[in-house]
Parts: sequence; C-alpha cells; structure tokens
Amino acid sequence: MSAMSEAQAGRPRPPLRHRLAERGVDGTLVLLLPAVVVVAGLFVYPFVYGVSISFEPEHGGPFANYTDFFSDPYLSGSILKTLALALPVSVASIVIAAPIAFQARRDFRGRRAITLVLMLPLTFGSILIAQGMQRFFAPFGWANLALEALGLPQGSFLYNYTGTFIATLLTTLPFSFLLMMGFFGGIDRTLENAAATLGASRAARFWRVVLPLAMPGILTAFMLALVESFAVFPSAILVGQPDNATHVLTLPIYQAASQRSDYTAAAAIAIIMTVIELAILGIMVLVRGRLYRGPAGGGKG
Amino acid sequence: MTTSAPVTAATATTAPTRTSRAHGRTGFQRVQMRGVSRRYGRTPALMDLDLELARGEFVALLGPSGCGKSTALACLAGLQPLSGGSIWRDEERIDTLRPERRGFGMVFQNYALFPHLTVRRNVEFGLAMRRVPRPVRRERAMEALELVQLRDHAEKLPAQLSGGQQQRVAIARALAIDPELILMDEPLSNLDAALRVEMRTEIKRLYQERDLTVLYVTHDQEEALSLATRLVVLRAGRLEQTGTPEQVYTQPASAYVASFMGYRNLFPARVAGAADAGRAVVTTADLMLEGTVQTPAVLPSGAEVTVAMRPEDLAVTADGSGLRALAEVVEYHGRELSVRVRTEQGVVLHVRTDRPVRAGETLGLAIAPERVLVYPGAGEQREAGRERDE
Repeated sequence: MSAMSEAQAGRPRPPLRHRLAERGVDGTLVLLLPAVVVVAGLFVYPFVYGVSISFEPEHGGPFANYTDFFSDPYLSGSILKTLALALPVSVASIVIAAPIAFQARRDFRGRRAITLVLMLPLTFGSILIAQGMQRFFAPFGWANLALEALGLPQGSFLYNYTGTFIATLLTTLPFSFLLMMGFFGGIDRTLENAAATLGASRAARFWRVVLPLAMPGILTAFMLALVESFAVFPSAILVGQPDNATHVLTLPIYQAASQRSDYTAAAAIAIIMTVIELAILGIMVLVRGRLYRGPAGGGKG
Repeated sequence: MTTSAPVTAATATTAPTRTSRAHGRTGFQRVQMRGVSRRYGRTPALMDLDLELARGEFVALLGPSGCGKSTALACLAGLQPLSGGSIWRDEERIDTLRPERRGFGMVFQNYALFPHLTVRRNVEFGLAMRRVPRPVRRERAMEALELVQLRDHAEKLPAQLSGGQQQRVAIARALAIDPELILMDEPLSNLDAALRVEMRTEIKRLYQERDLTVLYVTHDQEEALSLATRLVVLRAGRLEQTGTPEQVYTQPASAYVASFMGYRNLFPARVAGAADAGRAVVTTADLMLEGTVQTPAVLPSGAEVTVAMRPEDLAVTADGSGLRALAEVVEYHGRELSVRVRTEQGVVLHVRTDRPVRAGETLGLAIAPERVLVYPGAGEQREAGRERDE
C-alpha cells in the first residue's frame, strides 16, 4: 500500500492545460467571446432593463402600464388582431410551402428555378415587398387587370387585412420552404417503396409514413413563421389598415415609444407580446415533443 | 450443408400450422418477365431480359453493380416502370399493376423500416393495409417476429436494434403478409461478415420451413451459391447464364461468369494446337497448358482465347514436378494457404494449398486439363475484370 501511494505521489501531476482540455476547456473557447458579448450586451441587458422599467410607469402603481393596456379595448384588441393575422399566415405559409418542399426532394426539371424564386423574398426587405405590392395590387395594377381580363370581379388588396396578409405571407414563405426542405430531405424514399410493397396506397403512404416523419419539420417551420408574422410591422402600416384591421401589437409599442416617448408603456406591451408568443411556442414544443423525432431513415443508408 | 440437421428438426415441430397456411395461400405457378427492358434516360439498365420463376424456387440474381439486377427486382416489384416487355403472373399480365396491388414482399438493402413505428407495428403494417382486424394482426405479427426470434423486441423502435436485428424485422415484415413471392435486394450487404453468414442460414431456414418463393439479388457468389436453387447471372442488363448452383459453379458459360465463380486465374492466351476432342493446348508467355474448350465451335490454331482456372484446382505437387513457379506472397487462411506464384515464364497465378509453403520457395504445380477452362475471345477477361472492379 505504502509503495503504491509513494508511486502515486511520485508521478507528476499532468499539466494544467491537459487537465482543462479533458473537461473541454481549451483555446477555442475564446471564439465564443464575441457571441457572449453580443448576446449579453444586445439581448440580455435590454431585456432585463425592459422588464424592470415596465413596472416603473410614469403614473400610478407598478402595474399601471399593464392595467392601462388591458382596460383599453382598442389596445388590448390588438392581441386578437395579431393572432388573427399571424396564425392564418403561418398556416398558409406551411400549406403552400410544404408540397413544394416535398417535391423538391426529387430532382426535376426547373427545381433550381423554383427554389430560387421561392427564396428571393429573403433578399428583399418587407418594405420593398410592400412597395411592390402597392403597384401590383393597385386599383389598376396588374393583379386587378388580370382579374378583369379573366372576367372575375376586381378585388381590393391594399390598405386592409388582405394587404398585410399577402405581404407577411411573402416574407415567411421562404423561411418555411427552406426549413422544410431540409427536414424532408432526410426522409428516406425507400420507406415509401417499402410501404407500397406492403400494400399501402398512395394516400396511405402519405398519411402513415410520410406525414408522421415530416411533422416535426412542419411544426418547426410553423413556429418560425409564427414568430416572423407576430413581429409584422412595416407591412401592417404600408399595405394594411394600421388604425383598425391591422392594428397589430407592434403598433401600440411603436406609438408609445416613438410618439409619446413613454418607454415604460412600450416595454410593458412588448412584454405582453413576448409572453403570448412564448405561450404559443410552448404549446407547440409540447406537441412536437409527443411526436416521433428520431432519424427519418429506414436503417443503414 | 451444415445447417440441414437443425432445419429439418425445426420443420418437423412447426410443420402442421405452417404448411396448412402455405397451402391456403393463393399462389402462382410461375412469374415470368418477358423481354423486359428498362432505360434510365438513354442508359439501358435492362435489355430484353427473360426470366421465369416457378413456385417454390429460390432464384439468385447475380452480377456486379450496374448489371441491372436491382433494376430487374424493382421492375418486378412495380417500383420502376418498364421501358419494354411485360411481366406475367401465370396468365395475368401484372406489369401495369401498381406495387401495392402485386402482393410481393420485399426486403431492402437498407432495411427500410419505418423509424417512427415500433417493431411490432412495422410488422403489422402490411396487415393493417389489408384491413386485418387488430387482434389477428397482432397475433400474426408476433408469430412473424417469433420466426426471426425477435418477439422480445416487439415494442422497441427500429433505431434501438442492431443492424442484424433490423434486417430480421424487415424479413418478418415481408413474411407477415404471407406473400407468394419475396424479393430480396442485397439484404445482407450492410452486415458484417460473421452476421452475414448467420443471417444467410436464417434466410435459408425460413425458405425451407415456410415453403417460400424467393428472388434474391446479390453480388456475392458465396451467398448466391449457398442459398439459391437456381442462379441467374446478369451482365450489362442481359442474361448471361442460368442454371443450378452446381452447373454455374463447375461449368461457367463464359469467362465473365467464371470471374464470379472464383476462377481467380483469368488470362488471355492463344491456341497452340488441338489435342483430343474438346481439348486444346493454349499458350501465354511461353507457358503451355492443356485445357477444355467451353464452346462447341472449333478453335483454330492461333485463335485468341481466355483461360480460367480456380486457385483450388491448381495442386502443389509433392515432388516438385510439373509447372515450376516461385511463391511470391503467402497468405494464411486457417486450413489452407493462399499463394501468389510467378511461373518461370513470368505468369502470375493464384494457388490454394494445404501444403506448407513459404514465400521465396520454388514449387511444382499441376492441374487437370478438365479444370482449365478455355473460352473463345481475349476481350472477355479484361471486360469481366473491369466490370467487377466497379
């Protein structure tokens, strides 16, 4: 025993660098520093600051900003207006993008062109899209001329709910498409072949095999589209009806902060918006957690 | 086969229930592919292939990658459309039927298990598609899992199983629908060597026990020889030879087939002169050999030929008589040695022997003329070799 402990004592301790490296601490950690600074400085600090000033209103008790918001039906109504915009936009974004993303797994003629066209809106800002829409959907714009030529009744697409809906859809579509294309690409095509040889019709293959495996991707894309459309602002003003149908949550925030210089009220509304978003996302994450989320391959690739 | 004893024992105990169902199965007498061709764009994958499968056969489709064997299987399963020809199930034409209407079971190279379903629900899938009531479905799935000894893993997800277990689930899934024909697309090629041999025995056992008809695609001659009742060798989308494993193994129809059947010594030569009927003396680099001509045509002196010899047919003589050759590389294979030798004339040959041979030794080699196969044409060997490397 004593000989052993002597031998142990005699063995030199490994250098500090080795001991740290074993715990995953080494020089490359320095690369995290810029990200930590940015997150701390631009996200954590303002967020904490925002929460704290929301409870220090200019008049009244600590909760005055919140009670003001919920007692004014025009202000609190913006919650429903935001939901009425964001939920349908997200659903539409998935419904439109999912089939295309699904087809894009295969190589077909024009695949690259379609992918490019779908991703182009990513490069435009929402203001550019809104400006384009103002011309395209104008009373004598291309959209209405086309409807007229087809003998269909003309529509009013601008300065109302529809305008903001279209503009928001255009901005969320590329994200949904890209995200789902990545997810669907992982679904092994031989699984559908296997299902077919087992007697599954095209519909059964879709409902029983493809959709369950695609669901996590669809939900993730839905969540991203929801977050995107929740924060809609320029298109609600430029092609919407900001004082009524598209009076979404971002507008009272902007009005409080920039027009009344009441930062505490703006912070309070922003926090209400965050809480609602987190609640919805929380539900979605719970739902997604109940789904199968493993690899979508059929075995060895 | 070493497996025959336990297999017959197993058949004896389980035979009554199995055979009664096997007999109840509405089966075909034969499935035929008539003049089937399949092109990918302009590249032909199958050309004018005629293939017939009789009920109860175990046919192995053998060939290198790119020879069209998997395409033939996919066409039969209905997973790929034909570019020409037709497929018949007895008197019924089935090549226009969708895959889900053909009722052939299929086992895929990558297993293709549904990752989101448990093992049991994977096996139940085909029965669910046939609207079999849930309790019956469950019972038959468990029965199929019992066959592949995975009953205890029924509630696991595929990802929780090893590769060999996953492939057994895939086999159980195909068996559960009691198909009249099972198509297997290189089912063992993703497994390691030991597991492959074990699964091979397993597949053969299931074939014998359950009265199956199997079409099995492989590039492994050992697998094909040990499993099949009939071998079909494909070459560049065409049928090259068909016959029993023994026929194909001992009498390959061409140097190409020989290259698959373990004739490792393949080289071009010229006819130096005819000996007896069907025999010819061939020469390459001054090395003279007497061989058996594998074609009815008479080969004139000087004709280009390909010579094929199996390493195990070349014997190392006890007294050093015969062909003189220098042992260059000696590999130990347990019971035997695999030796690469260079003859005095400079020809490299592969020999298998159980005699103790050391590298650097000079040996005497002998081979019976009937084991030296002579094929007309010199291009054969090179082409076969190249296709095999792909």
